Amino acid sequence: MPTSFLLLALIGLPFFGALLAAWLPTHARNAAATLASTVTIAGLVCLVLLHGATFDGARTDIAWLPSLGVNLVFRLDGLSWLFALLIVGIGALIVLYARYYMSAEDPVPRFYSFLLAFMGAMLGIVMSGNIIQLALFWEVTSLFSFLLIGYWHQNANAREGARMALTVTAAGGLCLLVGMLLLGQIAGGFDLDVVLGAGERIREHALYLPTLVLILIGAFTKSAQFPFHFWLPHAMAAPTPVSAYLHSATLVKAGVFLLILLWPVLSGTDAWYALVGSVGMATLLIGAFAAIYQHDLKGLLAYSTISHIGLITLLLGLGSPLAAVAAIFHTVNHATFKASLFMAAGIIDHETGTRDMRKLSGLVRFMPVTASLAMVAAAAMAGVPLLNGFLSKEMFLAEAIAQSSTRPFNYALPVLATLASAFSVLYSLRFIHTTFFGPPPTECPRTPAEPPQWMRFPIEILVLICLVVGIVPGLTIGPFLAAAVDSMLGPQAPNYSLRIWHGFSPALLLSMTALIAGALAYALFGKRINANSRGAPPILHRFQARRLFDGAMAGLVALARGLEQRLSTRWLQPQLRLLVLIPLAIALAVAFVAGGVPLSPQLQPVDPVFALMWVVGAACAIGAAYQAKYHRYVALVLMGGAGLVSCLTFIWLSAPDLALTQLLVEIVTTVLLLLGLRWLPIRLEQLRAFSRASRWRMRVRRGLDLAVAATAGLSVSALTLAVMTRPAPDPISSFFLERSYADAGGRNVINVLLVDFRAFDTLGEITVLGVVALTVFALLRRFRPARETVAAPPQQRRQNDYDERHAERNVGQTLRDYLMVPRVLMQWSFPVIAVLAVYLFMRGHDLPGGGFAAGVTMSIAFVIQYMASGTRWTEARLRVQPIIWIGAGLLTAVAAGAGSWIFGYPFLTSYFSYIDIPGLGPAPAATAMIFDLGVFALVVGATVLMLIVLAHQSIRTPRHVLPDRAGAEADALPAPEPASDAPQAGGQS
Amino acid sequence: MEIVLALAIGVLIASGVWLLFRPRTFQVVIGLSLISYGVNLFIFSVGGIRIGAPPVLDPAVGGAGAYTDPLPQALVLTAIVINFAMTALFLVVLLASRGLTGTDHVDGQEPEQ
Repeated sequence: MPTSFLLLALIGLPFFGALLAAWLPTHARNAAATLASTVTIAGLVCLVLLHGATFDGARTDIAWLPSLGVNLVFRLDGLSWLFALLIVGIGALIVLYARYYMSAEDPVPRFYSFLLAFMGAMLGIVMSGNIIQLALFWEVTSLFSFLLIGYWHQNANAREGARMALTVTAAGGLCLLVGMLLLGQIAGGFDLDVVLGAGERIREHALYLPTLVLILIGAFTKSAQFPFHFWLPHAMAAPTPVSAYLHSATLVKAGVFLLILLWPVLSGTDAWYALVGSVGMATLLIGAFAAIYQHDLKGLLAYSTISHIGLITLLLGLGSPLAAVAAIFHTVNHATFKASLFMAAGIIDHETGTRDMRKLSGLVRFMPVTASLAMVAAAAMAGVPLLNGFLSKEMFLAEAIAQSSTRPFNYALPVLATLASAFSVLYSLRFIHTTFFGPPPTECPRTPAEPPQWMRFPIEILVLICLVVGIVPGLTIGPFLAAAVDSMLGPQAPNYSLRIWHGFSPALLLSMTALIAGALAYALFGKRINANSRGAPPILHRFQARRLFDGAMAGLVALARGLEQRLSTRWLQPQLRLLVLIPLAIALAVAFVAGGVPLSPQLQPVDPVFALMWVVGAACAIGAAYQAKYHRYVALVLMGGAGLVSCLTFIWLSAPDLALTQLLVEIVTTVLLLLGLRWLPIRLEQLRAFSRASRWRMRVRRGLDLAVAATAGLSVSALTLAVMTRPAPDPISSFFLERSYADAGGRNVINVLLVDFRAFDTLGEITVLGVVALTVFALLRRFRPARETVAAPPQQRRQNDYDERHAERNVGQTLRDYLMVPRVLMQWSFPVIAVLAVYLFMRGHDLPGGGFAAGVTMSIAFVIQYMASGTRWTEARLRVQPIIWIGAGLLTAVAAGAGSWIFGYPFLTSYFSYIDIPGLGPAPAATAMIFDLGVFALVVGATVLMLIVLAHQSIRTPRHVLPDRAGAEADALPAPEPASDAPQAGGQS
Repeated sequence: MEIVLALAIGVLIASGVWLLFRPRTFQVVIGLSLISYGVNLFIFSVGGIRIGAPPVLDPAVGGAGAYTDPLPQALVLTAIVINFAMTALFLVVLLASRGLTGTDHVDGQEPEQ
């Protein structure tokens, strides 16, 4: 199989599996486990098949942001292959373990879904061949680790721990992103190979230090390095498989991976040495010291993880190639023994019901196999010979000695390294001794026993690896380590030997000293440590970074709340006033500074008719503003007047298309608002008596509003005049005029612009239209009208009273006969208007018209039927399904655009030719017509939907009011028609 | 001509802004509609105004200079339709708010006097 396929399968499979798992039923534990193991095993197969290709570096590119020179690159070399193996391999073991660990009541498929997605994101980090992509996957791991840590979201500790982990690691991730952007900027490209090739330039660049600090913050937050280490112990609220995975092979190793990856580029400077080295050393010591005092098994392992990652960081900080080799080696070793220890702790928790070391003891009698496995793993953690931990620790001590002579203050290095190793021995010993030895436990909630065999299996595998690597390192880990070192260091790769016995070296001496000192210390102080009441180290417990974090978060929230209280308001009117006033003030200030608005004296002569027309228009606008409170119907009519005048203006000023559309939209807007009027409350002048003071306040407020409105209007006038009289600088419009017929086969440039040149815009706009229509539909489904508006309107009641008084009439007859002649005419107008719509549509490409105008026309044809005959009558005869129109329209438009892909052109490229229609001559036929058809259908659907859902409100109301007459009305009346609603609502106001 | 159109736009905007500050939802809806008339005319006028030069190509008339600027017109055309949708949405939101809160005040409650 080709390499690129395997690479994409490796990265794609976990995400695919995660999606599948998310669709499984909530309690399908076995199905989810099977799916997850299949995915991980397939991933392992991919890795094995890819191993050969990694010697030259396997790589596949996908164009992502080509304009920025950023590609999606997935690659594997020796180093990333080794990390990928850890991620997938330990992942597979965790999947198996979790099947037995998770309870049947938990939503297990969700767990596997998160776990697989997290695995995919981790693979994304190690496989990224592009540093932006790496930062992206980095954030994805933060998100999924948040979900995994908070998996038991009913538990407050889990929520707290998850939130803290997310806050710290995501904030670090943002720093990392900025660091990566800087790095790419300095290196001259975001491709990893470019960055790795620009080491010299990066180290000498002026921005090296900020770049380094930002990237290190990213790595240190993720790897829980001091002072960001506090989130990791809180993340122990996660299910144990999560802890075992995140804190052995994956999440915390992401930071280590980043440091190793960029080591050739960023290391070797004093800043690197000072920052990475001292942070690593501090973390190593603090973590180990704190681990000693924990009473919680997982807490001990958490701090030990912090300490071991600190050790790796320290090794990388030393900056020597040999130390880097030791770092990679220890990363692998730590992953194996720490994962097995976490899983053992999980088994103990699972079988005894507690993780408190004060309650546990003597478990070796109840679970001898698990106990032996845990002892071997703990011995590896302590660095006992014949185990893998011993080898990397010896390399570490050897480097500490070697480095002590090259730099000042480094004499402390071997001493501190030995001290930390002794701590490590001490806590490992304590872990084993308190848990497995001593008298049988008395305070356990459950009687301990061996776990199911398959639950133990992952630990057996990992412990076996610890042993085999510890005894014959050269035959097992040797080649893989060599490949990783080679791809990390290249020609710089040092000579090193992987053997258990190097003779009596100083490193061996330090290693033995640490073992003996640790054992002695446990013998001397073990009782006191076990009895400490805090479960936290002396002195250090006072300095809790967690408290700082909580304080900072509380401060942020308080700050936001304070700002909100001071600067914002819940009331709409002050907000709107600010919204108008601020831009107005800025605009006026700018105009003032610039010395006024330049006005050109060359104006076209005023046509008195045009001026007169606008006198009417302005009167309408002002009248609408004046009447909108107490006379809504009048305001609506006046607003329509202003709309008509602007429609005439469009005709006058060479915009027939706009005039047509404006006129049609004016009609539907008026109908729409008329339909709405019925549901508004009656508002009469002098309804309320105001006190003198409040009347005054009102006057002042109105006066100010009027002043602001007038200023705004005058400013816009001045602006318009300035813009209009200024010669346009080289407009792009001549392009459209010149190409419209030649390239798109249309003479109506407006229409060609809409459906061809700027069709993508139009597609967006019709999508908005469809979305709004559906929103209106959804909002009205739950609509509950106000009580006083639900009764039949007074006019209708009067008509019905008339019918009741006359014996020969049926109730509702007057209403049915109302406006009979116009109604018939309106019914008959349907085909005429439909033909007009088709006509407007067909001619749109060459003459004013097109999809928008035709669509609104067609919707008017429908709405007229509703107005003439009522909702029930119309819907009994005419099946209007506006939602289908909307869907069909959008699909047609998209299909018309996507059709050009078939011919290898970009989205929405249109094609046209001339077709000879018999009797009519040659007519242009463009594929843009199909797009326009989509626009047409969508506009019809959206407009009709908005209008008829509003009209429908009238026929659903009378039922639950007026109980005495409801039945009679529902039977007798065709419907309280929208058409008759409107004037009545006007009469009310 | 320009001065008439500019004043007209100003009046539309001023009436709309005045209504925008009013407390009743229907006033705000009408105000927004008036503002959108003004804004549409403003965008339309950006290309300069011409009489008798619609951007419908006529083979007898040559040259791009013979037609008015089509680009602002195309922008305004969709804006008109979107304005309708916006008005509809506001109307429905105000009706829903009126049904839920029992008042047509923009804040969903009557102010204390």
